[in-house]
Amino acid sequence: MSKPEEKKKSKSKVEINRKILYRQRVLIIISIIFVAYGLLFYYVPLGGWIMAFQNYKPKDGLLHSTFVGLDKFKFLFSDATFLRVIRNTFCMGLLNLIFPTTLFPIAFAVLLNEMRSLGGKRVVQTISYLPHFLSWIIVTGILHDSLSNSGIVNELLLKFHIIKDPIGFFSTPKLFWGIVCFAHLWKEMGWNAIIYLSAISSIDPNLYEAAAIDGAGRWGKIWYVTLPSLRPTIIVLLLMNMGFILNAGFEVQYLLGNGLVKNVSDTIDIYVLTWGVSQNDYSLGTAAGIFKSVVSIVIIMIANAIAKKTGEGRLF
Amino acid sequence: MKETKENKGQENGISLDTSVRKDKIKVATINEKRHGKLKVGDIIFYTCNAIIMIAVCVITLYPVLNTLAISFNDGVDAVRGGVHLIPRMFTWTNYTTVLGKKDIMQGALISVLRTVIGTLLALAANALLAFIVAQRKFVFRSQLALFWVITMYVNGGMIPTLLLYQKLHLTGTFWVYVIPAMISGFNMLVMRTYMEGLPDSLQEAAEIDGAGFFTIFLKVISPLCKPVYATVALFVAVGQWNSWFDTMLYNRFATQYTTLQYELMKLLSSVTSLKGSTGANTTPGSGVNITPISVRSAATILTMAPIVMLYPFLQRYFVTGLTIGGVKE
Repeated sequence: MSKPEEKKKSKSKVEINRKILYRQRVLIIISIIFVAYGLLFYYVPLGGWIMAFQNYKPKDGLLHSTFVGLDKFKFLFSDATFLRVIRNTFCMGLLNLIFPTTLFPIAFAVLLNEMRSLGGKRVVQTISYLPHFLSWIIVTGILHDSLSNSGIVNELLLKFHIIKDPIGFFSTPKLFWGIVCFAHLWKEMGWNAIIYLSAISSIDPNLYEAAAIDGAGRWGKIWYVTLPSLRPTIIVLLLMNMGFILNAGFEVQYLLGNGLVKNVSDTIDIYVLTWGVSQNDYSLGTAAGIFKSVVSIVIIMIANAIAKKTGEGRLF
Repeated sequence: MKETKENKGQENGISLDTSVRKDKIKVATINEKRHGKLKVGDIIFYTCNAIIMIAVCVITLYPVLNTLAISFNDGVDAVRGGVHLIPRMFTWTNYTTVLGKKDIMQGALISVLRTVIGTLLALAANALLAFIVAQRKFVFRSQLALFWVITMYVNGGMIPTLLLYQKLHLTGTFWVYVIPAMISGFNMLVMRTYMEGLPDSLQEAAEIDGAGFFTIFLKVISPLCKPVYATVALFVAVGQWNSWFDTMLYNRFATQYTTLQYELMKLLSSVTSLKGSTGANTTPGSGVNITPISVRSAATILTMAPIVMLYPFLQRYFVTGLTIGGVKE
């Protein structure tokens, strides 16, 4: 009952009167604590977006720094590095969305489901999602070892005389996006397949029998029963993950990147880190961060609209 | 009384047996059908499928097992290459070296602490919040839910967050790992979905019996939510154990609070900077054959160990968690 007026006006069907508020006082007091926590840790940083329109100096603080309007954004979009960084983030995000998040897990789930031995199926599944629980530090470390000049990949390629000299995987800009994509694939394919597997297991077996009667073979069943049944799951997950396209570009790129591949490896987050933290230009770092957030939200909105239109249900 | 029970038990046993037998017969007929219809195309398909699956397993496991082998192999010898799955010159030196490094052991301690404290705090906070949001009668229920859903999609970004933590004097302390990460909109929603699936009558009965808010939460609802608590705890714990970027951003200069993952990253970058000359870099003066790569392999295995050891026990909670998460509206 203490401060119910602080909350925004309620449109819920329950009529609000003093009696109800009094009866629910414990709920309200605890909610206020949670809202205060959320405001502090999630909503206050949003206020920091003002910095992007200022020439922020830590000693002046938010209130006394000079406003510079859109100067920081103008600088960003005239900066060739920033444009390249957008391209890198977007392309790697898109590759991740297509291969390690969607195509490979679906194929893996379908093939796993076709396995005859149940024990084998369980073993493969267990092994396949172990890497999900390893940190990117470990995964990139392992990847470095495997792809180094004396690593297993070069060793095999040399052995089978496919190449004459070891490939310098981490010094070839052309290969970098592929390596990042593979890293995600190695780490997340099995994990991302779980949800498709559970969707496959909930398909009505009668459908398969009916398809068999109609003369469908193995591939017919997969093409006409399994995949269409997965359609809603695929679309929802695809749209949901679209919002994360720009978010998928930090840890791997930061850990695998080096001076030689900087042009293709740096992402928006790395740009923010370099300018905001290392160079102490908080305003520019914030501006780049805002760009990322706004684009992500726009993508989510578009995805949501598409979902509504295709009739697959909205995301939120 | 006893006899009748036994009789019943026997009856049950018999009926169970017959059902099992029936199942067996069913399976047998299915198998016969399969075998009977097994065409050449099927054989080719199953073989190819098995090969693909084995390839997936090999690609997944080989690098990990290779790291394990190198971690037990003499450092200088390993640089010659050719160590695959079995160490050629077995040694414990790499592990004793790693365990003797003060900053790594310190990091391990901080990692354990942040995992344990962070998980307990997050579990308590998310569960309490989820319980409130799941109260159908609560007048501000939808507003409160929306307030947290928004946090899932919008955040201030790296720099404003960093400045906020500096203002709050969280940077350079242990608490920066656990306090800001206490509540996550997603985990809260997963728990709420599960709680809403419980019958309302439970809570109503408890209310009639005069149980208060916290009694209902702790004694009635929480015991039923063990599966979802376990799932969320698993996600939070793995996240805490694996996280390194917060250390780099907030506690880089507070060396007493760096985590195991961060120390491992430092080892990694020291190795990759020597990438051009992977020759034998024996640590000068130590008199033992240690190379950065062998030390890092040992550290990698040690960092991986807790997760791999707990993996079999935690496995059954993954699917529950994912399906609950997927069901959420």
